Amino acid sequence: MSAVEVNGVTKRYGETAALDGVTLDFADGSFCSLLGPSGSGKTTLLRAIAGFIEPDSGEITIGGVSVENIPVRRRGIGMVFQNYALFPHMTVFDNVAFGLAVRGTPAGEIAGRVRDMLALVRLAGFEERKPRQLSGGQQQRVALARALVTKPKVLLLDEPLGALDRRLREEMQIELRQIQRSVGITTIFVTHDQEEALTLSDRIAIIDQGRVVQVGAPNDVYERPETAFAARFLGDANFMEGVAGGDGMVATTAFGPVRTADPLPNAGAPVMLAVRPEKMRLVKSTEGAESGGDNRIEGTVRQTVFSGNSVTYIVAVGDEVVRVFAQNRGDEVFDVGDAVVILWSARHSVTVKP
Amino acid sequence: MTAARIAGLAGPLVLGLVLAFLYLPIVVLALMGFNESVHYELPFRFSTRWYERLPGNERLITATLNSIWLALANTVIATTLGTMAALAFARYRFRGRTLMRLLLFPPITIPWLIIAIAMLVLFFWTGIGRGLHAMLLGHVALSLPYVIIVVGARLASFGVELEEAAASLGARPLQVFFRVSLPMMAPGIVAAALFAFAISFDQFVISYFLAPPGVSTLPVEIYSAIRKGFTPEVNVISTVVIVISMGILLLFARFSRFGGER
Repeated sequence: MSAVEVNGVTKRYGETAALDGVTLDFADGSFCSLLGPSGSGKTTLLRAIAGFIEPDSGEITIGGVSVENIPVRRRGIGMVFQNYALFPHMTVFDNVAFGLAVRGTPAGEIAGRVRDMLALVRLAGFEERKPRQLSGGQQQRVALARALVTKPKVLLLDEPLGALDRRLREEMQIELRQIQRSVGITTIFVTHDQEEALTLSDRIAIIDQGRVVQVGAPNDVYERPETAFAARFLGDANFMEGVAGGDGMVATTAFGPVRTADPLPNAGAPVMLAVRPEKMRLVKSTEGAESGGDNRIEGTVRQTVFSGNSVTYIVAVGDEVVRVFAQNRGDEVFDVGDAVVILWSARHSVTVKP
Repeated sequence: MTAARIAGLAGPLVLGLVLAFLYLPIVVLALMGFNESVHYELPFRFSTRWYERLPGNERLITATLNSIWLALANTVIATTLGTMAALAFARYRFRGRTLMRLLLFPPITIPWLIIAIAMLVLFFWTGIGRGLHAMLLGHVALSLPYVIIVVGARLASFGVELEEAAASLGARPLQVFFRVSLPMMAPGIVAAALFAFAISFDQFVISYFLAPPGVSTLPVEIYSAIRKGFTPEVNVISTVVIVISMGILLLFARFSRFGGER
């Protein structure tokens, strides 16, 4: 069952469409990321679901009920804002209690539920602190507790980890996912960080220019990008443009003939292939003949980018370059100027729409 | 002595001089209220006769009460209206918003004398006439830009996000206002209210122009008393006003760091 459904939602600001016929559904209890560059419309979509923005057309339902003309406060949402938006004049307890207090929940019940919620986010004992006395990670957890205490139908997260440093962000990712699973709440998570989306999500929706480019499980979207944008935005890719060959499986490109497992259009039609750098392998050109691989391209190492546990080789092939990713296993080191052969399997040449 | 030590001594010295320059006249004024001579003659001979005579000076008492009434009414009206306007400017988009915001500043720079004349002409012309009601109208108009700017600055310091967060947690608009917006604005509102009170209580020019014969405020009454000659009773009432207003200010300072983050 879908907890939230977005059906053909469009929102225009003057000439530009912030949302252009977006259709998405969010399964009950799932964690779904809206991933896109800044200005792609992902935050607009989240705010439309929350009710801060009224769409020009289309329909949004929460728990199977259309929320058109239903104000934010009655949509049954919990939201965590980019800068947490904790009430600075209230204590941690009062911040978390806010959603219950405005509903007129009895004081005794509030105390119990706030206590449970603070225990869940590991902040027991912080009740009387003011938000400014907390670290970024702690403020983040208060914001999460405040959003969850009212038992909302859906949790909306607007780049909540963006303000934290890398290490803390990775810790919070794990914690966020644990809390989300234990509460079992449908979660919509806006981010521009592809790693964050891949790590956390059951499903990822890639958004660009107000449209949903692709939706799917992280693994599917990563391995089978449908467009060049999706391939580029989620991970890294080498693009090879050319025309379909006569046998339907080989494309002629600037790199030479490239084999793919995908069916190609009629011979002579333009095609674009994407190959992930980590799917490629480098060997010395003298060994090239014995090593397997459906595809082999000869080139020269132009540059090596060392990043500790891995090395990225920039290999010149004619006028083009190919990026090849290699784990740093301590063997097979190539130097600038080495003549090499790039090998990869046909099933890793994915056809994408330009 | 090193240059640093000279500089270290020069700072407090300059500050001390500035404070002396500000407070010395007030101290002299207060002292003269206790001097027996009506002509401020020296040597100083201590006396409380001017304090004893104050309650009998009905004109001065009435004028003081008028001033207090005006200042309080002005504070309530200007702070309420100004806060509403500041909220509208900060949280809503409407036609003419930028222009209206821009038009707030000129009245602050236009000399009060000119505003006073303009008001007198307008009030005479529209039949509003002169009197306490006209003075109140003038004071409110004069205080509004200050209130809007002070409260607006406070509103700008926290985003609309806090109000959105409150709404997302189920708060009705009135709950959002009273539980989040108002407490967040409070330091700005307190500062603005002090401004409004001071603007009205200090106001001479506008009150002078808009006061009909027989009605006056404390500044206007002091002015006319001084014109007639020495009146130690003016020193006395001034001292009382200074003590009370400083006391109120110190109370505010004790309980809220107005203007700043709480």
